[in-house]
Amino acid sequence: MSACRFSLRPLHAALLAATLALTGCAAAPSKDDPFEPMNRAMFDVNDVVDGNVVKPIAELYVKAVPKLVRTGVTNVFNNIDDFFSGINGLLQGKTEKAGNDFGRVLLNTICVLGLFDVASDLGIERGNEDFGQTFAVWGFPQGPYLFVPLFGPTTVRDGTGVLVRLYAGPVGFIPFVPLRNSLYGLGYVDLRAQALDAGEVVNTGALDRYLFIRNAYLQRRRYLVYDGNPPPAIEEIEEQQ
Amino acid sequence: MMKEFARKLALAAAVLLAAPAFAQEAPDAMVKRVSQDTLATIRSDPLVQSGDQARIRDLIEVKLVPQFDFTRMTALAMGRNWRNATPEQQKQLTDQFRALLVRTYAGALNQYRSETIDYKPFKMNPDDTEVTVRTQVTKTSGQPVSIDYSLEKTPEGWKAYDVIVAGVSLVTNYRDEFSAQIKNGGIDGLVKTLADRNKGAPAK
Repeated sequence: MSACRFSLRPLHAALLAATLALTGCAAAPSKDDPFEPMNRAMFDVNDVVDGNVVKPIAELYVKAVPKLVRTGVTNVFNNIDDFFSGINGLLQGKTEKAGNDFGRVLLNTICVLGLFDVASDLGIERGNEDFGQTFAVWGFPQGPYLFVPLFGPTTVRDGTGVLVRLYAGPVGFIPFVPLRNSLYGLGYVDLRAQALDAGEVVNTGALDRYLFIRNAYLQRRRYLVYDGNPPPAIEEIEEQQ
Repeated sequence: MMKEFARKLALAAAVLLAAPAFAQEAPDAMVKRVSQDTLATIRSDPLVQSGDQARIRDLIEVKLVPQFDFTRMTALAMGRNWRNATPEQQKQLTDQFRALLVRTYAGALNQYRSETIDYKPFKMNPDDTEVTVRTQVTKTSGQPVSIDYSLEKTPEGWKAYDVIVAGVSLVTNYRDEFSAQIKNGGIDGLVKTLADRNKGAPAK
C-alpha cells in the first residue's frame, strides 16, 4: 500500500517507537530486516486481525457498494495524494513530474471534483511520489524493514514519510471528529479493498507469505525511488561476473 | 493423387522454411503477438471468463508457457544454490516452479479481462541477446500497471526469463524464499515444499 492517508496515528507511532526501542535484541538474518522475528510475530497478529475483521469489511464493501461509487472514492483520495505527489516532486527537483501532478489535480478537481480521473484518460500519468521517496532521494538510509499490524509492510524511512504525510492533512484538519474518523475509515477500507486481488496472488504463489510480501514491498519501493529505472541489485551484478 | 501429395509436400516445405523466419521475430513483436492473442482468447472464451481453472491453465500452457525459459527462471531464483543442485534436482525444481507459476498466474488471469495493453517504445541493437520489453496494462477502472518482460535470444527465438510487475520481479521475489527453504531442508526440502504447494498445501 503506497498511499498514506490512513492508519491509526497514535498506534502507528507507538509501534514505530517500540520497534526502535528493540534495536539490538534480535539476530540479523537479512540486512534489510534485522527485526525479522518481531516482524513475523506482528505479521501473525495482523493475519488474525485482518482475517477476522479488516478483510471481511473490505469484502463486504466491494460486495455492497457499486463499482462506480468505489472508483469515485478511490479517485477522490488519489486526487489528494496527487497534490502531495506534486509537492514531493518539487522537493526532489522533478519539476516536470510535479507539473503533471498539479495539472492533474487542477483538471480532475475543476472538471469532476476528483470523482473521475479524466487526467489519466488524457494520458497525464500520476507522479506516484511520496515523502518516503523524497527522503530516499535526499540520501536518508532506508532503515530496518517493519511489518506493522493493520498497516502492512514499511521501513523506518517510509514509515516516517507516512507520518509526515498524515500530519500534513488534509483529513486530519477536519474539526468535526466523526466526519474526520469516517473519512479515515473510508480511506482505509478503500485501500484494503484495492489490495484484495493482490492478497489472492500471494496466497497462491508464495512459499512463505512473510518473505514474499517483504521482497515485493522492498522491490516496489526501490522501483519507485528510481522512477521505474532501478540499477541492477548487487546479487544481479555478482551473477554477471 | 501424386500431384495432390506433391502439392501438400511443397506446402509443408514452405511452412518449414518459413519457421526459422518466424523464430527471428523481434522480441517486442513477439510480446505484442502473444499478449494480444491471449487477451483475445480471454475475451472470447466464456469458460475462461467464468473462472474455469482447468480451462485457464490450458490457455496458459498453450499460449504462454512456450514463450518462457523456465530453466533460466529457476536458476535465477535459486541464485548460487543452482550450481549445488544435481541435474535431477534442477529438473525437479524447474518442473515444480513452473507448475507454481502457472497456478499463480491462472488465479490472477481471472482479474484481467476488460483491460488494454500499451506497448512502450522499444529500441534494440541488432547484436543484443538480452532485452526488456515494456508494457502498461490499464483496466477500465484503476491505475495503469507496468508489466515489463526480460527476454533472451535463443535458437528457438526470443524467450522470456522474467516478468516485472509494477517494479516487482517475479524471479527475484522468490530468491529469499528459496534460500530460506534450502537453509532449512536442503534442495530436496525446497523441491518438497514446492510440490506440496502445487498439491494445494497452504503457504506458511
